[in-house]
Amino acid sequence: MKDDRTFSFRVGAVLIGIVCISALVSFLYTPYDPYAIHAAQHFFPPSPQHWFGTDNFGRDNFSRAITGARYSLFVACTTVALSGICGIALGLLSGYVGGVLDEIILRLTDALSSFPAVLTALVAITVFSGGKFAIVPALALAFLPSFIRLTRSGTMRLKNRDFIQAAYVSGASRARIMFRHLLPNLLPTMIPAVVIGLSNAILAESGMSYLGLGIQPPIPSWGRMLFEGQSYLFRAPWETLSAGLMMILTVLGFHLLGESLEKK
Amino acid sequence: MKFYLKKLLTLLLTMLLVSLMAFAAFNLIPGDPAQLILGTQAAPQTLAALHQKLGLDQSLPQRYTKWLWSLMHGDLGTSLQYSRPVSELIGSRLPVTAVLALVALLLIFTVSVPVGVLTARKRGTLLGRLLDFLTMLNISMPGFFLGILFIWVFGLLFHLFAPGGYVSWQENPAGFLRYMIFPALAVALPNIAVASKFLRSALLEERNADYVRTAVSKGCSRKAILYRHMLKNALIPFLTLAGMMVAEIFSGSILIEQVFGIPGVGRLLISSILSRDFPLLESLVVYIAFLVVLANFIADLLLQAADPRIRVKP
Repeated sequence: MKDDRTFSFRVGAVLIGIVCISALVSFLYTPYDPYAIHAAQHFFPPSPQHWFGTDNFGRDNFSRAITGARYSLFVACTTVALSGICGIALGLLSGYVGGVLDEIILRLTDALSSFPAVLTALVAITVFSGGKFAIVPALALAFLPSFIRLTRSGTMRLKNRDFIQAAYVSGASRARIMFRHLLPNLLPTMIPAVVIGLSNAILAESGMSYLGLGIQPPIPSWGRMLFEGQSYLFRAPWETLSAGLMMILTVLGFHLLGESLEKK
Repeated sequence: MKFYLKKLLTLLLTMLLVSLMAFAAFNLIPGDPAQLILGTQAAPQTLAALHQKLGLDQSLPQRYTKWLWSLMHGDLGTSLQYSRPVSELIGSRLPVTAVLALVALLLIFTVSVPVGVLTARKRGTLLGRLLDFLTMLNISMPGFFLGILFIWVFGLLFHLFAPGGYVSWQENPAGFLRYMIFPALAVALPNIAVASKFLRSALLEERNADYVRTAVSKGCSRKAILYRHMLKNALIPFLTLAGMMVAEIFSGSILIEQVFGIPGVGRLLISSILSRDFPLLESLVVYIAFLVVLANFIADLLLQAADPRIRVKP
């Protein structure tokens, strides 16, 4: 069992490493300009010149896929950071302070999670309307309930333990107990959740971009590439496949990493 | 009795909160909803007319109670985009999505239980590892990409179905069901992966329970322990997961309907967003959330029936 976890961790780390490095490299160098349109070169199949072929505008799919990695990772990281920080704070408050506050937060969380995640994000993006990265708060809202629940249940489990009682007796304030004593002890359960959250954020972002409500063109995003490629699936499946491949590798990588970090 | 009454009360409270949240989302937004619908170049007269149509001249609590009242009566106002009653629009699209969701749910149940049992039994063997890998790959593959792959492989290369050739169920029920198979599979597969993985770990956890040791020592066969004792216990948490999965199925079908060009609730939702048809969008959001809440409630009731211990627990 232990070997399996080390193996998952290694594979996950390599996959995420590759994606991160290609995203970083895309800032400095891409084989072709990801935005340059060459009408004469459209639908080239994969070749040594164009690893993933070209799309209907003659743009290089490989350059677009690695530039897309940049935006997908950016959206995923900011979404999870925003949602994680708010969710952990609310979960700690709900679990530790308890009482009426707990009841209110719990009910609202229940109600919010009654909306399917994609639906929450779609409504939020409609209502926040505008802004290039409106998708970040929209997705953060959709992921909020899971972070609140996880933190709350962890807090409930820990709050009657001796070291918390000791901190309370020695006169530590509520805020100090929550952030200095409870939070560090919650991290082992939170870190895997955050890593798996990243993979969910990438899936959700690509779904939204596929619908045309996420990252806006001409910025390359995997979801949008899937959508654009779908119309030419028979003639040139390379655009769809290259975006899909990058996406699966990233999501798989985060999943393997998150699972291997989980305490069994 | 008291237990069920409390459950029912929580259900109603959740529904009320859900409706309040949906209402707040569309009515507390900064700026004028009418302006948001019409855009900044709208003439003052059209703006004023829409104001009156949406009832924006009334106070917020007034609007909410009125909206809630009409929601309960199924009178949902008129869609701005289609100028048809919202209830009629939803009514015509709902059966399509319902079929998609039910076929997907059926697939999830019939496939994930055997796969979950098999991966738990064959753990560590070649077959087990292969299944584990496939599960992992499936979890990492979004349903809509799976749908696109299905269109490419089964539709375009093998001609098993005509992509984009949706047939309505009134016209040709058999053709309709045939067209729905691949979309339902695309909705179901990621959920099958999650569910079978969940069942596998639930089964592996049961392995260490006292009753398993008792069964082993009284000479029960491995098969009997697995199927008669462990599976029953492991299916209990699985039921809760199944309730939660309804939300996932809706999330998935919003995208899948778009991929396969199926005119269901999901497509209606996207078109209402793109055309800023707020009356339609608002009702759709609330009804979908209500369905999810109800599904969870039913799963909860089934859970009580399956496992009486839960009722005793505080």
